[in-house]
Amino acid sequence: MPSTDDWLNNPLGVVEGMFAASQNTPNSGWAAKAVAFFKDRLKEKDAHTWVPSLNDVPLHYLKPNSLVKFRCFIQDMFDPEFYMGTYEAVDPSTKAKVLRCGKYKDVTECGVDFNSRSTMTAERHTFYCVPIPGESPWVKEGYAGSSQARVVPSTSYAPTRQKRSYEEDDDDMDTDTQPQKQREPHTGPHSPTEPHGNGDCKRREKEAPSSQAASASHLDLNFPLPGEKGPSCLLKVYEEWDGFKLNEAVEVFGILSVSPALSALADEDASSSLLDPAGGMETAEEQRVHSPPASLVPRLHMLHAKPLPHNNPLLPAAGLEDNNSAFLSSTLREMAAVRAELLAYFTHVLLGDALAAEYLILHLVSNVYTRRDVLPLGKFTLNLSGCPAVASFTERFYQIIQQLVPSSYYLGMTLQNMNQMRLVPKKDYVANRLLSGALQLATNTSLFLDESQLEQGQLDTTGVRNVTALGNLISWQKVDYDFSYHQMEFPCNINVLIASEGRSLLPSDCQIHLQSQVAPPDLEAYLGGIQVHPQASQLNKFRMYLSVARQLDYSIADEVTKSVEDDFVDMRKDDPQSISAEDLHRMLVVARLLSLSLGQTSLSRDSWLRAKHVEMLRRSRMEQNKCVNGNEP
Amino acid sequence: MSSPLSTPGGRKRGRTTNPSTPSSEGPTSPPFQRRRGQDSSTGDLMPMPTSPPTDVLSPAAPLDNSLFSSPRPSVPPNEVDMSSPLMYGTPSSRVEGTPRSGVRGTPARQRPDLGSVSKAPQVDLQSEPPSADGAVASEANAGQRLVIWGTDVNVGTCKEKFQRFLQRFIDPSSSEDENTGLDLNEPLYMQKLEEISVVGDPVLNVNCLHVQSFDAELYRQLICYPQEVIPTFDMAVNELFFERFPDSILEYQIQVRPYNALKTRNMRNLNPEDIDQLITISGMVIRTSQLIPEMQEAFFQCQVCAFSTRVEVDRGRIAEPAVCRHCNTTHSLALVHNRSLFSDKQMIKIQESPDDMPAGQTPHTTVVYAHNDLVDKVQPGDRINITGVYRAVPMRANPRQSNVKSVYKTHIDVIHFRKTDEKRLHGLDDAEQKLFTEERVQTLKELAAKPDVYERLASALAPSIYEHEDIKKGILLQLFGGTRKDFSQTGRGNFRADVNILLCGDPGTSKSQLLQYVFNLVPRGQYTSGKGSSAVGLTAYVMKDPETRQLVLQTGALVLSDNGICCIDEFDKMSDSTRSVLHEVMEQQTLSIAKAGIICQLNARTSVLAAANPIESQWNPKKTTIENIQLPHTLLSRFDLIFLMLDPQDEAYDRRLAHHLVSLYYQSEEQLEEEFLDMAMLRDYIAYARTYINPKLSEEASQALIEAYVDMRKIGSGRGMVSAYPRQLESLIRLAEAHSKVRFSEKVETIDVEEAKRLHREALKQSATDPRTGFVDISILTTGMSATARKRREEVAQALKKVIQAKGKTPAMKYHTLLEDLRRQSETAITKEMFDEALRALSDEDYLTVTGKTVRLLA
Repeated sequence: MPSTDDWLNNPLGVVEGMFAASQNTPNSGWAAKAVAFFKDRLKEKDAHTWVPSLNDVPLHYLKPNSLVKFRCFIQDMFDPEFYMGTYEAVDPSTKAKVLRCGKYKDVTECGVDFNSRSTMTAERHTFYCVPIPGESPWVKEGYAGSSQARVVPSTSYAPTRQKRSYEEDDDDMDTDTQPQKQREPHTGPHSPTEPHGNGDCKRREKEAPSSQAASASHLDLNFPLPGEKGPSCLLKVYEEWDGFKLNEAVEVFGILSVSPALSALADEDASSSLLDPAGGMETAEEQRVHSPPASLVPRLHMLHAKPLPHNNPLLPAAGLEDNNSAFLSSTLREMAAVRAELLAYFTHVLLGDALAAEYLILHLVSNVYTRRDVLPLGKFTLNLSGCPAVASFTERFYQIIQQLVPSSYYLGMTLQNMNQMRLVPKKDYVANRLLSGALQLATNTSLFLDESQLEQGQLDTTGVRNVTALGNLISWQKVDYDFSYHQMEFPCNINVLIASEGRSLLPSDCQIHLQSQVAPPDLEAYLGGIQVHPQASQLNKFRMYLSVARQLDYSIADEVTKSVEDDFVDMRKDDPQSISAEDLHRMLVVARLLSLSLGQTSLSRDSWLRAKHVEMLRRSRMEQNKCVNGNEP
Repeated sequence: MSSPLSTPGGRKRGRTTNPSTPSSEGPTSPPFQRRRGQDSSTGDLMPMPTSPPTDVLSPAAPLDNSLFSSPRPSVPPNEVDMSSPLMYGTPSSRVEGTPRSGVRGTPARQRPDLGSVSKAPQVDLQSEPPSADGAVASEANAGQRLVIWGTDVNVGTCKEKFQRFLQRFIDPSSSEDENTGLDLNEPLYMQKLEEISVVGDPVLNVNCLHVQSFDAELYRQLICYPQEVIPTFDMAVNELFFERFPDSILEYQIQVRPYNALKTRNMRNLNPEDIDQLITISGMVIRTSQLIPEMQEAFFQCQVCAFSTRVEVDRGRIAEPAVCRHCNTTHSLALVHNRSLFSDKQMIKIQESPDDMPAGQTPHTTVVYAHNDLVDKVQPGDRINITGVYRAVPMRANPRQSNVKSVYKTHIDVIHFRKTDEKRLHGLDDAEQKLFTEERVQTLKELAAKPDVYERLASALAPSIYEHEDIKKGILLQLFGGTRKDFSQTGRGNFRADVNILLCGDPGTSKSQLLQYVFNLVPRGQYTSGKGSSAVGLTAYVMKDPETRQLVLQTGALVLSDNGICCIDEFDKMSDSTRSVLHEVMEQQTLSIAKAGIICQLNARTSVLAAANPIESQWNPKKTTIENIQLPHTLLSRFDLIFLMLDPQDEAYDRRLAHHLVSLYYQSEEQLEEEFLDMAMLRDYIAYARTYINPKLSEEASQALIEAYVDMRKIGSGRGMVSAYPRQLESLIRLAEAHSKVRFSEKVETIDVEEAKRLHREALKQSATDPRTGFVDISILTTGMSATARKRREEVAQALKKVIQAKGKTPAMKYHTLLEDLRRQSETAITKEMFDEALRALSDEDYLTVTGKTVRLLA
């Protein structure tokens, strides 16, 4: 059996060993065995933390052909590839013919005999993967911090460098009110202790952050969100590729391939395409996209992948179902208490408005749990109206949310953004890839729409289309990707929070008007004070709480069903205008989210009454607001 | 141009063994000399060896490996006897002389679709593996036992079989559109050959299914070894053809184009085992390249002695002769471009059609090469079935690098294109090429036979939306649609067969959800929101194509939903100019466009399902439909059914509604599925009915319709109003037809008319009731005003006229005093609006004019 170092540092050796051993016994199923072997290794306690991650270790510190992991988002799926599964090659030293295995490799060894009968062609699929869009800095740091990978290249590089205290982050936030910039991940070794790598790497490192525009024109890495950074990779999948879906977040364990031969071959191809009739089938554009230089976009040959149900480093990686009952029960016990703390915190943030804080919690734990014909169930889009237009309240507010959820995106609905941004992904047939858009987001990403940025002006065609896309997203939780000749519908699960001054122009499941308890003159000072952060431990508790609440199962018992029905009939009897079917829909969702936020997995009578009460308060506030404003519909 | 790996010298060595046996016609044909790709020792760019499963079939598999590793002498293409009529596919065999008839006189045309002109030697099954001198290949007398190298195909038998197939195959049940005009009881392909002799288009399309039903073994060979079998077929066909029509003159020899191989495959299912096999896949063209001239034969001329030689392209390469054979000068030969032969080639990219794709994945694309006359047969956007040979070539090896990228490039060499939406271009019916399996049709028919099928289907529609049975029934009938009638000969043009429905009602009554459901249900549906659509977005706009820089017409939602349903949400929020384009669409079902030099009329045979909110956000029961939604009556009258979706506000309903909604939130998916028909079933049912059922009015039904119409007219005539117009009669007919389609009945019966009447009445009751009188009054919808309101306006105008006349000869009056006077005179309260209306009525009569605050009499 290979030792730990072997399977971490030389996985190909392991695979080849198995391949060679299987040669004498046909139908040995060595491929399945190899995959199972790595799976078993990774199951061992903490074994996955030994594997260096592409997310937090710069590419040039990673050894080629070693086992790495990558937390990523499937942005595009390329056409399947046929490759030489096994082939015969001439050993240059002995001149003997050897059977080789082409799996998990990009490049064959020298002296391939193309005419050999033992050549076997196999199929693999290529996915274009990017880091999870909008991933919050704390998630990146959390994962990086828990990594025990011993990345010891020829330099004195220390993996602990990623540890940044939250205080440091806070400082950043105070000085920097631009959330767009704020979202830039704090990866990459910028510390002065950085070791001196070889000159080439160094140069690239410097270039990458500074000349973003230049590099974008050179090679567009196609991130869904503008300003994103991080490695993207071409993931080669060898089995069960049908199980993967676009926009899925997965953690992939695989063999890193950065062979410079790849890019060299690409160049060669491009230049010779004029001469080679077979090369004419791909345009230069397509070449660039499908075989980018391996130094920028490494290839990752997948051995094992697991879906990421939550992407929260604080939770057990396996998800909640897998007999983590001890963890689950302890968290459930604490939930009510944490909820109270969180409510207090949000009340403070939302200018002393406890009701809005309550709704904010409900919004943050919402999740589309199923779809009934076209109707997504469980979504809870919140429109927080009445946001003060001073002191960039919405932006500060977003930063607070970003601190709590694993991934989020701030979209200022400025006229310019609406008219110019590409929200909906579009297929580019020239380069044969899916051009990403800001709405190509992973499940449970928080999308923060800042409508207070909206100014007067005219939406052009793109603008209208973008607003329609946002509307569709909110109402149906789907995005129609533009394939030029037709549209394709991709269901999604995105929590949309709209901050606006008046009622939003976009639809929403629920609107609540913020009632500030702070006198307007003090507002500036108050907002300045908001940034006082809770303790790191408390923040972690909040983060865990939100992720767990979202994952819980939920049911309604028959008795409660009955009483809910009775309630509805009674309410209608008193005043039919007061409650419509849509209101009942909303109340059922509120009741569900309320129960979950308290850690209860079934609806109780109390929760139902509480949900009714909360809804009533909200509605009466809306009425009030209507009277005050008059023009509010 | 010379490749470093394919040395011509090596080939020359093998020349001594070259067979130059003169051939004789017939089944014992001389060795058909083609070299299969694998056998070359020089191949760095050769077709990839197939994976073992196909090789098992090949008797050549046990050949020892030494064959491949040693530089095996092969037959140089140029040296084969040119006079052989069977020198298929070699341009050199072109005979320039006339008369050009008969198989000898007609030039063969290269088939780049089947790979290069390489020739496969035949091997004797019984003999030892061919030795290095390749003598076996030249033994013509080996006869039946000879197979093409690497396959189990014997040319002679294969040819014979195919000729038998052509001569004997009869398909009496053929329903293919291209076989119209042929006698189904005669051998089908012989008739096609006759057609070729008349028309002169030397292409014979052969349905692989026919081959399969005739001779399964032949079919298997065709699928597995298309590269060898199809040329054999070509030979067979040409022999047969020129035997029968010896005098006919063709441009080149007939080419066989098989199609419909296997069952039509999904692009996603292609795997390495399909390489070098004949496949048929469906997809959509997304890009076509420009024409690529591909060299087939290079013409070299010696600079010293002007000796010329021709070299054929071998797998994309030309071996440049290093030495002039005539004067023995080395490196003196130069390529003469304009004497070389080129063939057309085009790269086409095909994308999986959206219906074949699993959810949550992106469509795959495949590269396709079209050759010669197949170039420019398809345009981007076409949905096609292509039959061709699947190929894989290794990535180009770099001579300077020892490592090779271990990936193959794949493409398909197309042999046959078939547009799947061809019918749609000239036919009326929806080209839903949906083929239903026998069982499916059976289940559908069983369902149709049930007495409550109508109710069942209606309740299966959007099960998550509660009640509103009549509305669902209306939408169901809309989905089925009426029968298309063509009166263009009598000058009336097409009759609208599509049902238009408007839903109006309180916000939050799941109108949008219903629309969304319908949009997801029908294959060609479009969903737009009135708020977000502009007139051009609905119709069509002209834009500059970024690639070609030409003006192209981009079609909008209405055109795209031709033969489907266009769902328009927030209909009331649409701007007037946008709405006005709907007038033409909703009655004439066409769209006329005149912009940027493009004047055209597009078909828009679409049903419109619209939803509108009342203008005051809440429905005002005291107002008419028109007043509530503020839509022009000209548009409203084009809707067959107008439904109000209001809160019924009664307790029993509330209870059921509550139960329904709560169950939505806790029942599992399976529990709900049991209760209703699933969406796929409903979709198939509708598709089947729309394609196959075309009901006609029966005698009784027409009588019933006439009666219904007369009745509707009568209701109003008592009170001096018109309660029905011919448009309503047409609506009734459409609804009755749709209802009989639901029953899968070819005849419209009285029950259909009854249901149509009932539904129409229900809709009318909801939307055309005059809130003032409580009577149904169709004129609300047709003139925008109830008859009582109109009568009232008339009365006020008359009273006003009297007031003015009583004043005597005053040419001008103050507006306010006149209003006061009228109020004093009248016993009923006169509002300012009524007064204004009366003034307008009088000014229409040219009795007076109103300028500002003064009223002047004319006369």
